[in-house]
Amino acid sequence: MDIKQAHLAQDWAHDRPLLAARFSPDGLQAVTSSEDSSLQRWTLTTGEKVILKGHESWVHALKYTSDGKQVVSGGCEGRLIWWSINDAEPKPTRTIEAHYGWIRAIDISPDGSKLVSVGNDLMVRLWDMATGEKVAEWGGHEKHIYSVMFHPDGAHLLTGDLAGKIHLWNLATKQSVNLFDAKPLHTYEGGQRVDFGGVRGMALTPDGLQLLAGGLHKATNPLGAVHEPLLLRFTTSDGTLVRSHLCDGIPGGVIWRMCCLGDGTAMAACGGSTGGFLLFFGADSEKDIHRFQLPALARDMDWHPATERVLTVHHDHHLRVTNLFAKPAT
Amino acid sequence: MRAQYACRSRDHSASRRRFLGTIGGGIVGGGLSCFTRGAAADALRKSDMRVIVLNMHGGLSQLESWDPKPCTKTGGPTRAIPTSVPGIHISELLPYTAKQMHHLCLLRGVNTSEDDHGKGAYMMLTGRRQTPAADYPQIGAVSSLVLSDDSKGLPGHILITPGGGGGRGNEAAYLGPKYSSIALGGDKPPQNSIKPESISDQAELRRHEFRRKVNEQFLSRQRTAITDAYTYSYEQALRLMERRDVFDVAKEPAVDLDRYGNNDFGRQCLLARRLLENGVSFVQVTHSNYDTHNENFNFHIEQLGEFDRPFACLVNDLAERGLLDQTLVVVLSEFGRTPNINLYYGRDHWSKAWSVVMAGGKVARGTVFGQTNAEGTEVIEGQVDHGQLFHTYLQAVGVDSTESLLVDGRELPMADPAVGPIWNVLT
Repeated sequence: MDIKQAHLAQDWAHDRPLLAARFSPDGLQAVTSSEDSSLQRWTLTTGEKVILKGHESWVHALKYTSDGKQVVSGGCEGRLIWWSINDAEPKPTRTIEAHYGWIRAIDISPDGSKLVSVGNDLMVRLWDMATGEKVAEWGGHEKHIYSVMFHPDGAHLLTGDLAGKIHLWNLATKQSVNLFDAKPLHTYEGGQRVDFGGVRGMALTPDGLQLLAGGLHKATNPLGAVHEPLLLRFTTSDGTLVRSHLCDGIPGGVIWRMCCLGDGTAMAACGGSTGGFLLFFGADSEKDIHRFQLPALARDMDWHPATERVLTVHHDHHLRVTNLFAKPAT
Repeated sequence: MRAQYACRSRDHSASRRRFLGTIGGGIVGGGLSCFTRGAAADALRKSDMRVIVLNMHGGLSQLESWDPKPCTKTGGPTRAIPTSVPGIHISELLPYTAKQMHHLCLLRGVNTSEDDHGKGAYMMLTGRRQTPAADYPQIGAVSSLVLSDDSKGLPGHILITPGGGGGRGNEAAYLGPKYSSIALGGDKPPQNSIKPESISDQAELRRHEFRRKVNEQFLSRQRTAITDAYTYSYEQALRLMERRDVFDVAKEPAVDLDRYGNNDFGRQCLLARRLLENGVSFVQVTHSNYDTHNENFNFHIEQLGEFDRPFACLVNDLAERGLLDQTLVVVLSEFGRTPNINLYYGRDHWSKAWSVVMAGGKVARGTVFGQTNAEGTEVIEGQVDHGQLFHTYLQAVGVDSTESLLVDGRELPMADPAVGPIWNVLT
């Protein structure tokens, strides 16, 4: 892998702006969502696209099961839908009215037995993947919950909200055992009287020692998209903020999602008025150490470590795959 | 007050002209009388008709409120929900309001063809397009003139704004400063309306007697509309101080504060109800901010989440207390928002096909007038503009909007004579 050799490898177009995207576990397929409330299954080698219909609103939350046979989607109508993703024409195999209002994020536990969903109703809900039964639910956030991820230990869960609060929950007790203060990602603009920002994405370093939280700051005009991207790095054990990663020259920029590469470098998908970027932040660097400009504003990303490829979706209707290694010699 | 818009256009940075600025501008009229037919005016004042305007500052999205287009190219993630009137659906972001639909009239065919904040707001509040040659009074000033009863000792034109800005601006134009607004900051009574403890009642009385005496001497030599306005302001301030309790929302039952949602807008709506019940003829409550060029959906969830319950409570209370027949409720904005969703999940300014809501007075209940096409990009039926709306507001409270006002001996049309009321929505 060489981030400085990043290059665009594939580019497929849908007919509406895209919202969210995930790689299949084998990296050969992707599922995306779009502004027409449909999902799309893409065969990445050919660009073949199959439309999946079942949601009545936009979908921001997507997740493959680890065997690649199912996808779960969470929509802004509050509905969770299970799909047998490899069927010729996938149809919903299970539908659950899971939340009141938007589902913002979902994740599947490391052992594949549980699904967690969060959203605007301020609730965290756990679901049994085999039966679809609700296993548990609890509150604790005071603002919309924007992001969620299982801890790799399978015993904990992280949730992040609009106010910049990140809770680490003990799954056995459903109690918050650690609170990460990501308040720099939140703005209340008194003149416009709006809350803005929030924890748009979270990731853990491979060793689990650090937590990354991304979003935006310097929101002097939230309604007019005047703000800059911001990535925070915390120590997982005690919640200490160890670094604020900044980016210059990306007005209107927001980090939608990020992941952590093997060496601890954070990679984030960012969109702003100057376009879309993949931003790379070294663990010890304040500013981005490299940025790869994408052809259009990016709205979501996924990382496939085995093939060192990044999937991004864009407002210009395109799905793009960027390789993080040198182009093969022609 | 500096307007807090997202797009920071020139209009937004301009300070409002204040009371003295207005006087300096020399546009205050004098010798005002209300209608050409005085008997009708007297009858109207006795009818206790009132108006409340909910001003959705910045440009409310019609697609996230009154005219949702779910599952279309332009509809975004917002779904439509059924209302208390079978067949009428509004945005899912207004679940409490949906239950009051039987009181409401949705006008979905508004086309004002003006995408500038300042100009759009002017048009919606005056019923006229702004020109350098003339200035027109806002609906609040006209309502105050034709509806308010001085004997109640309360101002006839009140603005409730989040920060208390505005007021005493040029809203009254040629009607004169008597009909300009008093601005309340949030749910607070007017500023400086408590007599300092250090001044005794007797000293206070002596001060005012002295002021009146000096005033009378001056007025005997040089009386103008401006000096009358100053005198009126002092007397009005005294009456306000005597009736300060009317502005104290804390005097409302705790259960009502809870019901309205104990937040800023909830308290402001409850204060508006209190003012209307005490005889204030016009109240405008500003809810801010809807200028959502960025993340339109997140911000509308947030703002309408605050608006929905208090507004529904207000409409319901007016109806249950028998006041809706005498109270016109208007929900307006300076324009709507684009059907197109921009790359920041935002919607921009859009005045060609948007919505206004009315309720009460002589307005037909539980109805929709006007229609936009499937994607909300054009009005295809029942198109109306700001001028027609202004006429309709007045007709809804029993005012013949085609009448004229006598100002300095000149007859000035109360509303734009080039258009008329929307009779289809009046009973």
